[in-house]
Amino acid sequence: MPNENPNTTSEKHTPPVRVQSLRKSFGKQTVLDGINLEVAHGETLSVLGRSGTGKSVLLKLIIGLHRPDSGSIRVHGEEVTNLPLQQLNEVRKKVGFLFQQAALYDSLTVEENVAFPLRRHSRMSDDQRSKRVRELLANVGMDQDVYKMPSEISGGMQKRVGLARALALEPDVLLFDEPTAGLDPITAAEIDDLILRLQKERHMASVIVTHDIHGAQAVSNRLALMRDGQILIEGTFADLQKSRDPFVMQFLNGS
Amino acid sequence: MAVHPILLVFVFAMAFAAASGDHAGSPSDTRNLLVRFFEWFGNLSMFCGRLLRAGFTPPYEVREFVHQFDELGSKSLPLVALAGAATGVVLTLSTRDSLIRFGAKSFLPAVVVFSIIKESGPIITALVVSGRAAAGIGAELGAMKVTEQVDAMEASAVDPYKFLVATRVLACMFMLPLLTLVTDFFGIVMGWVANTAAEPISLQLFIHDGFQSVTFNDFLPPTLKTIVFGLLIGVIACFQGMHATGGTEGVERAATSSVVLASLFIILADVLLVHLILVFFS
Repeated sequence: MPNENPNTTSEKHTPPVRVQSLRKSFGKQTVLDGINLEVAHGETLSVLGRSGTGKSVLLKLIIGLHRPDSGSIRVHGEEVTNLPLQQLNEVRKKVGFLFQQAALYDSLTVEENVAFPLRRHSRMSDDQRSKRVRELLANVGMDQDVYKMPSEISGGMQKRVGLARALALEPDVLLFDEPTAGLDPITAAEIDDLILRLQKERHMASVIVTHDIHGAQAVSNRLALMRDGQILIEGTFADLQKSRDPFVMQFLNGS
Repeated sequence: MAVHPILLVFVFAMAFAAASGDHAGSPSDTRNLLVRFFEWFGNLSMFCGRLLRAGFTPPYEVREFVHQFDELGSKSLPLVALAGAATGVVLTLSTRDSLIRFGAKSFLPAVVVFSIIKESGPIITALVVSGRAAAGIGAELGAMKVTEQVDAMEASAVDPYKFLVATRVLACMFMLPLLTLVTDFFGIVMGWVANTAAEPISLQLFIHDGFQSVTFNDFLPPTLKTIVFGLLIGVIACFQGMHATGGTEGVERAATSSVVLASLFIILADVLLVHLILVFFS
């Protein structure tokens, strides 16, 4: 298109998330040792690995909750590793994060939890906000029980509310930290279906950290397997299946 | 009286040891304890720096501050009223006995009023609130920290230092002087009740005798010094809560250490404040 704005074009070609040579250690323990990742628009990447291999740390680094020792993290082309807090917060508004235990605010009801980011970052009237919260909750199948406290609903429901809250500011990048951990297989499959549906509707770039290989296969375009702080192998599920690496085979087969 | 800095460090280190439940036996234990104490102090200083930056940059969380102010006041009010009343009764009964022995019974109202407004009221209020609010704040923020709610807040572009910490610290600072007035009021009234039970005297006469030689310098500085106590309660409890790690046990540690450290620091700060008030306002 000849009249297309050059900025828009470059934005389209900038990957929403790009991680290069990322290193992070806590004390003497090296958690991430040279991670390289890229997620394109509308793509879902699952990062797999055993528990305690620094997968969650990777997500927290992307959103600036931790600072890396070295390396680069670009979200929408913006280097987040050394951004001042105010600019970092602008980036964070475009990124949704679903925490492992949903991390809903205990002292707020389901409805208030979802309204929290909207109350702080949008100029909606009370009526508009309330309508938007109902829409978000209905979208994740939680239009009932909106006045309940987080402790009064089940783990699966908490995840749904957490997802509604993560979507409140209409992010174009979504980070999932173990979205199905601790859930029964049926609820886990429901959450996976929900993630798939949202991906189709919104075309967001997503990074899912998980150790659930079947869930990852169902919802993602690409998978990356982590070991010893590095990405051992990256590709489609079929690519992983072709690998003859004993660790990859063991991870896929579970034995 | 000049407080030697080394002595001050020693006292703080001992307070820290007592709070963290450590028993320094060997010299290496003492060295570790001192290292950990300075580490704690360094972290606390960085925490205060971040708190100051968050507190003074707009937008201000006025709504949340009012909520915290209301929470703190409504939950602490019955406790400080009761503690003030009990202090008034005990003070009157014990002082009355001593004054009768020295033939100075007529000074009783003045002694009770002076004692309550100058020292008992402020310190009792601060210790009661540190038991009630420091434990509450330490446990609440500790639980939020270990369940990633603090991270979730930060991830949704809201500064937890502004929303959670600054509002609570300010609420403690503004509420303490008001609660001190409540303690003073109940202490003096119940002092009169206790005195009247032994020997009837009108409230008017008790108040008149009690406040006859009281000046603003006797009343204002001790009441306003509780702002410092409020600051200590808020900062220590928020710091311990925001640095909680390791699940339920971490929350329990945050709550306990908040109360112990806040109470100890209040008593230590009181030594300094009483001295300063005597120098500047006597």
